[in-house]
Amino acid sequence: MRIAFAALILACATALFAACLLGSTPMDVERVLAALTLGGDHGDRLVVLQIRLPRALTAFAVGVALGASGAALQGLLRNPLAGPGVLGISAMASLGATGALYYGFAALSAWAMPTAAIMGAFAGTALIALAALRTASVVTLVLIGVGLSSFAAAAMNLMMNLAPNPFSLADMINWMLGSVANRSLQDLGFAAPFLIMGLGILFAARRGLSALTLGEEAASGVGLNLRRQRLAIVIGAGLATGAAVALAGVIGFVGVVAPHIVRPMVDHDPARSLFPSALLAGLILVLADIGVRLMPTATELKLGVVAALVGAPAFVWIAMQRRSVHD
Amino acid sequence: MTELTARGNLRSAAQGLCAQGLTVTAAGVTLVRDATFRLRPGELVTLLGPNGAGKTTLLRGAIGLKPCASGRARIDGQDTAHMVPRHRARRLAYLPQNRPLAWPNPVRDVVALGRFSHGAALGRLPGADRQAVERALTSCDLERLAGRSTATLSGGELARVHCARAFAAEAPLLIADEPVAELDPYHQFRVMDLIRDFVNRGGGALAVLHDVVLARRYADRFIWMKDGRIVADGPPAETLSASRLAEIYAVRGRVEGDRVEIEGPL
Repeated sequence: MRIAFAALILACATALFAACLLGSTPMDVERVLAALTLGGDHGDRLVVLQIRLPRALTAFAVGVALGASGAALQGLLRNPLAGPGVLGISAMASLGATGALYYGFAALSAWAMPTAAIMGAFAGTALIALAALRTASVVTLVLIGVGLSSFAAAAMNLMMNLAPNPFSLADMINWMLGSVANRSLQDLGFAAPFLIMGLGILFAARRGLSALTLGEEAASGVGLNLRRQRLAIVIGAGLATGAAVALAGVIGFVGVVAPHIVRPMVDHDPARSLFPSALLAGLILVLADIGVRLMPTATELKLGVVAALVGAPAFVWIAMQRRSVHD
Repeated sequence: MTELTARGNLRSAAQGLCAQGLTVTAAGVTLVRDATFRLRPGELVTLLGPNGAGKTTLLRGAIGLKPCASGRARIDGQDTAHMVPRHRARRLAYLPQNRPLAWPNPVRDVVALGRFSHGAALGRLPGADRQAVERALTSCDLERLAGRSTATLSGGELARVHCARAFAAEAPLLIADEPVAELDPYHQFRVMDLIRDFVNRGGGALAVLHDVVLARRYADRFIWMKDGRIVADGPPAETLSASRLAEIYAVRGRVEGDRVEIEGPL
């Protein structure tokens, strides 16, 4: 277990380094190392520090946020199909982000985008949590997620329909497809406080997720403050997902798939799955983004598109594996 | 404060659970009306009554999981409605009627969740918690199954896992809602023996049962409920009679000494 965990951390570091190494301008290890330590050629520093590293770090941060949110939501709702994308939280955050673009708030302040995305994510998570109070059925929650996603998609289509000029249209489409291209360390910096806060809340509340394994009634019986637990996960997942969407738009399924892979390795304990799920999701997105960059296509593929192409079949597979007795 | 002595006996200065005049309503309907009862350490009480009598609601109200319209319940003098869940859990273990397990965890981890109120986190239990978990596993005869996934267990084995989970808390009080539902006769005896052992070590247990014969065999005291009210509370010899069975369950029964027989519906 400890070894697997160390290997995961090592793999993340290696992938981040590889992301700085690979690209249209070939660079060897020494040049990248020199650039990373603020030495070397000016051009190299520009490529590594201004383009490749921010992009790789953004992909990693987005993955970490989505993986942790997914693992936490799965623990809270006691279902392996839960995740920020499936429950419509990502779509709502994306609606917030496109709204900020459409109304021009995004141009006014760098904080506008993350704030709007997080407001959207909160609206989505709050609705899901409210529904979770009334029903124990995860099917209902997923259906509400479908409703939220459809609503968000419709509202975004409306904004695109009414878009004042092709530039804002292109901007919005960028957000809906999901990508980490052309992100700067500044962009990362504006999303980071929300992301760190969200992750901090999720990690602080993780022990309660183990107790929820027993169901809500027995969990409060063993001493869990249910209301506080729900609130913590909803706020934590809302902040983290909102920050992820503000950075990269909608990137689906990685938040469902990563915890699913991790769970058997941590004895199916949702608390212990949180940190490895976050790292694994980060690793997956860094690798996927390297793949997107290296793929010899005329226009670069969007990370969100690739994530959905691979993630959606995996999601269907996980759903098919479930026996109906659980609901 | 209650602690476990070296021999595994529950040392307790506790006054137990004391509910006074509890009334619980939901959506305008009164589910429990003016219910008063006590649960002291060292006694095994069974709560009997037909389906829909309000037994589960009474228990939830008494331990503060459901708000009461009036009345109050206290554990060792503290109001359960305002107790921090963690503190309440250290004094009273609760085994609800629905016992879902969301994930196929190993048995030992599920039992370890009984130590949640002591701050234990799975995977790295401090020594005292680990010992409590091992004691609970041993008392429920689960050592051999400790590493197995709960998804592979039979109903009887699962019932023992849930009991062990409740015992692992080493709280002086236990409330078990239908602990033997859906078990075969052998496992019903086994689970009741486990609860009896707990009481013999100084604990106080309140169990909801539907089997009057089983209740007669194990209980020190009966609390009878019907239509949201407690209609009788006392030792089996005093409160169990043919007329009581007719009144509570609408069944024809015979009671001779400590022998009970239910012959059919009225």
